[in-house]
Amino acid sequence: MHPLPTWLSRSAAAALALLIGAGGEAAAQSRVKFELWHGLSGDLGERVGDVCKRFNETQAEFEIACISQGSYDEAVQNSIAAFRAKKQPTIVQVFDAGTADLMLSGAFYPAGKLMADNGFTVDWGRYFPGVANYYATSKGELLSFPFNSSTALFYWNRDAFAKVGRSAAPTTWEEVEAISRDLKKAGYACPFAFEYDTWQLMEQFSAIHGQPIATRGNGYEGLDAELVFNKTRFADYVKFLKKGYDEGIFSIKVKATGATIGEAFGAGDCQMTQMSVASHGTIGKIAKPGMNWDVAMLPLFAGTKRTNSLVGGASLWALAGKSKDEYRGAAAFFNFIALPQSEEYWSTVTGYIPVTKPGFAFMKAKGFYDKPPYKGREIALESLTASEVTPVSRGVRLGGFLLIRKETQDALQAIFANSMSVEAGLNQAVERGNAILRRFEKTYAGKQLP
Amino acid sequence: MEHHAQFRTRWLVALLLAPQVLLVFTFFYWPAGAALFWAFTLEQPWGGGNAFVGFDNFTSLFADSFYWASVGRTIVFALASSCLAMGMALVLALFCDRQLRGYAYYRTALIWPYAVAAPAAAVAFRYVFAPEAGVFAGLNAMYPGLWNPAMSGTDAMIMIIIAYSWKFISYNFIFFLAGLQAIPRSLIEAAAMDGSGVLRRMRDIQLPLLTPTVFFLLVINITDSFVDSFGIIDITTEGGPAKATNLMVYKIYFDGFKGLDYSGAAAQSIVLMVLVMALTFVQFRYVERKIHYK
Repeated sequence: MHPLPTWLSRSAAAALALLIGAGGEAAAQSRVKFELWHGLSGDLGERVGDVCKRFNETQAEFEIACISQGSYDEAVQNSIAAFRAKKQPTIVQVFDAGTADLMLSGAFYPAGKLMADNGFTVDWGRYFPGVANYYATSKGELLSFPFNSSTALFYWNRDAFAKVGRSAAPTTWEEVEAISRDLKKAGYACPFAFEYDTWQLMEQFSAIHGQPIATRGNGYEGLDAELVFNKTRFADYVKFLKKGYDEGIFSIKVKATGATIGEAFGAGDCQMTQMSVASHGTIGKIAKPGMNWDVAMLPLFAGTKRTNSLVGGASLWALAGKSKDEYRGAAAFFNFIALPQSEEYWSTVTGYIPVTKPGFAFMKAKGFYDKPPYKGREIALESLTASEVTPVSRGVRLGGFLLIRKETQDALQAIFANSMSVEAGLNQAVERGNAILRRFEKTYAGKQLP
Repeated sequence: MEHHAQFRTRWLVALLLAPQVLLVFTFFYWPAGAALFWAFTLEQPWGGGNAFVGFDNFTSLFADSFYWASVGRTIVFALASSCLAMGMALVLALFCDRQLRGYAYYRTALIWPYAVAAPAAAVAFRYVFAPEAGVFAGLNAMYPGLWNPAMSGTDAMIMIIIAYSWKFISYNFIFFLAGLQAIPRSLIEAAAMDGSGVLRRMRDIQLPLLTPTVFFLLVINITDSFVDSFGIIDITTEGGPAKATNLMVYKIYFDGFKGLDYSGAAAQSIVLMVLVMALTFVQFRYVERKIHYK
């Protein structure tokens, strides 16, 4: 037998190698890979990883990699740095305070267009208006997908309440004051605890009382909005808290004092507080064994009509500048997380609430909310849907909002440390906050919020 | 006439210098240049555009009384933490140099804190100083309201100065000990034979001969305290309460990274850079004159 001429065997080997190589590559490319960067860490971060794993298991075509950036603001910072270096992820989770910058940047692929371009029809009416409006434009168009959503609730200790002859949660702040006084007399050192976080203290309070935080529909209508919270009922609320604090019936619990409000409530040291429904699961885990506690809607000042509370959390944005295939994957992922089963899974493993009406109905029908540890979380949806969404309860859309929150916290710290009066403190926060807004307006001169 | 060894060809010089120049350019001049550019513009964070605004960023900064308060606090922090870190380290080094019993162990132990990451140290100090849960809770039980860094700006400032200095004591200690051990034993022994006591020898021989080390550490300590404190502040106080610990470097971090005000943060870093350069200049110009190296 003649051996093959050398040149022929060589080229045959080369052709074979090419074929195998190409085949290997094709196998690797069979699943389109894309990234999602998020700001949740620890247990919640792992739960996001689980959601992504569930998506990958249903998929032959796409593979999502979900990468935690540590915190909400780091997720935004890192995505900005990556975007500027053209190495951005396909999807990024952006929290409320990062929304205005992104909306004005044009650095994203609008959610509605993304879905339509990839053959999905989205019924936006499925979303709870209280949730959707927080992330939508002033015209109601959603530019991103609501993902992890929460709202603030009132947490109270049934055991302590029983000691002072009560079995129901307070519905007014006047009641909170009276109960606190009774609890104090009964020997409880910390009847009601609060912290400086403006999300609960100012934003939720203002929404449920129908009070604006800023003009121009809390900033939705234009970049020329001005802060007004020094002249609303929020000022009365701060005075109310200050009075209780001075009397010793309200306490401040922050990391620097040794325990946060959640830790203090869970340990049974403080008997009432207000926090996100997302903490519902955590309290269930850290609560002293045998402690009976419950949640209710946030109290109102007597004689006020309840408006819906604000949603907290973050939404998922598709960033500009990625390939068609990656966008197809992103659309498939957005479609997947909006399925009722996905919402049930997400709400089960975290304390977050479903964001669509069918998702909520599905879970309710299955009896999800009937027994512990999930019982009570449906109150968050009651609170979010307590009224039609008004121009002051759809959300807050202000530039540099993280800086404004910080100025407000600084002022509150000065007020509770007695170095400023309530009026002077809030005036200062508003004045400095307005300077931040004007600077933001100048940075985006000539641009309009969509 | 003195003879210097010289390379014959310039390109060889350039070649040997190139890696260093490249590093310095990439990690210092380039970012500093970008900061300088941003400081004179209003930069949109997502890169959508920027507008030239001249000195606006600086004028609005200098018109803000809170900014000047932050500068003042930064200087207080720098002086207090440098004095504390250097003073403590010097005392420890002097005693270590006297080779008291067990000095070999504590010489090693004293170096460890420098290896602890600032945020880790900060978490520990936050616990130690927590008024209701930490070591200080006992003190507050005896004297209610004595210590509360969550409400009192002074307490918060003391807390970050101690937490920051704790870490820097180790660094200073190594240098002081090395400096002390470089002093010829014969000098100290001669003084001892002349009848001078321990304190007298420290004052007349060791400290004067240590001045070059003291000067070096002073420059390093002050420079570092201006730029290196934000890890500790972020974990313990976040600049509060009511801006009491909002030092210049923390404000830059917060405004730039959290607040996405890139231009404002860039202008502030230029101010900080100029301030550190000016302080270093003053130290070399006026303090160094009083130092004898030989």
